[in-house]
Amino acid sequence: MRTPPTASRLDLSRSDRADLLAEARRLLPSPLRRHLLGSSLSLGGLAMLTGCSLSGGASAETLLRAVSRLNDDAQAWLFDPSRLAPVYREADVARPFPYNAYYGVEQIRRVDDRNWRLELGGLIAHKASWTLAGLAALPQDEQITRHICVEGWSAIGRWGGVRFSDFLKRVGADLGARYVGFRCFDDYYTSIDMATALHPQTLLALSFDGQPLPAEFGHPVKLRMPTKLGYKNPKYLAEIFVSNVYPGGYWEDQGYNWFGGS
Amino acid sequence: MNITVQFHPIWLRINHWLNAVAFLVLMSSGWRIYDASPFLGFRIPSSLTLGGWLGGALLWHFAAMWLLAANGLAYLLSGIVSGRLRQRLLPIGVTALLSDLRAALSGQLAHERLDHYNQVQRLAYLAVILDLLVLVLSGLVLWKSVQFPLLRTLLGGYEQARRIHFLAMAGGGLFLLLHLLMTALHPRTLLAMLRGH
Ligand code: HEM
Repeated sequence: MRTPPTASRLDLSRSDRADLLAEARRLLPSPLRRHLLGSSLSLGGLAMLTGCSLSGGASAETLLRAVSRLNDDAQAWLFDPSRLAPVYREADVARPFPYNAYYGVEQIRRVDDRNWRLELGGLIAHKASWTLAGLAALPQDEQITRHICVEGWSAIGRWGGVRFSDFLKRVGADLGARYVGFRCFDDYYTSIDMATALHPQTLLALSFDGQPLPAEFGHPVKLRMPTKLGYKNPKYLAEIFVSNVYPGGYWEDQGYNWFGGS
Repeated sequence: MNITVQFHPIWLRINHWLNAVAFLVLMSSGWRIYDASPFLGFRIPSSLTLGGWLGGALLWHFAAMWLLAANGLAYLLSGIVSGRLRQRLLPIGVTALLSDLRAALSGQLAHERLDHYNQVQRLAYLAVILDLLVLVLSGLVLWKSVQFPLLRTLLGGYEQARRIHFLAMAGGGLFLLLHLLMTALHPRTLLAMLRGH
């Protein structure tokens, strides 16, 4: 259960990063190039399934995406709002903790804390924007939990910040709405279900390992959820909105499962 | 006359071939997922993988897992209820197994009766059924580790489950290699698995 940070994991995360980056670049030019179902695998009948023709590929993709939506429902059904993700000791924290985004570490965007504002939108009663100091003045919580990446690797981290359910109640969010959406100033975006938004371990994180959230991990504020995969945990938050209209997400729109639970 | 003798009932054949499709889709898309973070230090050539990119591989993987699990459940239930599983795969005795194994290794093991599995076959089939069970259970922990606390603890946590899942895949792959080899050596059994006789 407790895996100490090892050199090999960090090596892996470096190669993951390169992989993800190459992946992201490949995605850029055209949606067709995503090549969602393409494969050179031709084990007999499988060649048929993998969609050699565009139309075959397109219908297989439609089917697979429909199954992915069923998987959203299955995960929402499995999700227990009161079941906590395991927590670890401080000695278990991965130091250094791996960096991962859809771009390299050299392209991280930084903001001046004094100019940064968290905007609120959608089905929220009090839409006044928040400063970092304002968020820091709210009651703070802390967790040491495992971050699980869709790529398979995991790392234990220590995050501190405001319980997201407290925050949503404080700003008068419609807690019966279906989605909470996030826009980030690195142009990332994602959205989550309200049940997970209200989970006791869902945190509006302002700190990592006792320090103000470092630039690599989403300075100044990210959303931390040990019940969801890494790509569902948005960094560099700029706006939070509550909605009943499906907001999608950066990776989700390209085929990653939307619920993305862990 | 003989033509009407069914060695494998139709439900068994459907179960078998659906299982083969599900396993191949899971293995090939799983290799792509493994490559996103190759924790064992080697990469699997992407030409052998399914999905084109991580997101595509995940879509295949999380669709085929339902097929493997539901089909496997149907196979076990119908096998238990009909008694076929017990008739075909049991008993296995140490002495009989050793003598069949010796015969198999020296190329002396005849496979004349298509309604009967020898001891080596029985062991291999039981082993792969267990292996697929471990594959599914460890897969559940990887898929939703927070939601299956008991299973996660039994398997030693998320990272341990990842290794168990990979090992179970490798076990299934090894079985498949031997299975294909034996099928090639006894093509009549393939015909029977396709058309029942
Ligand atoms: C993809 C190519 C495959 C071929 C050509 C194939 C062929 C066969 C044949 C011919 C038999 C009957 C053996 C006999 O009558 O002596 C058989 C039985 C069996 N195969 Fe496969 N197989 C394939 C894939 C798989 C896979 C992927 C698995 C599991 C991972 C599997 C598991 C089994 C089991 C458990 C049995 C015994 C079924 C029973 O009677 O209950 N096979 N296979």
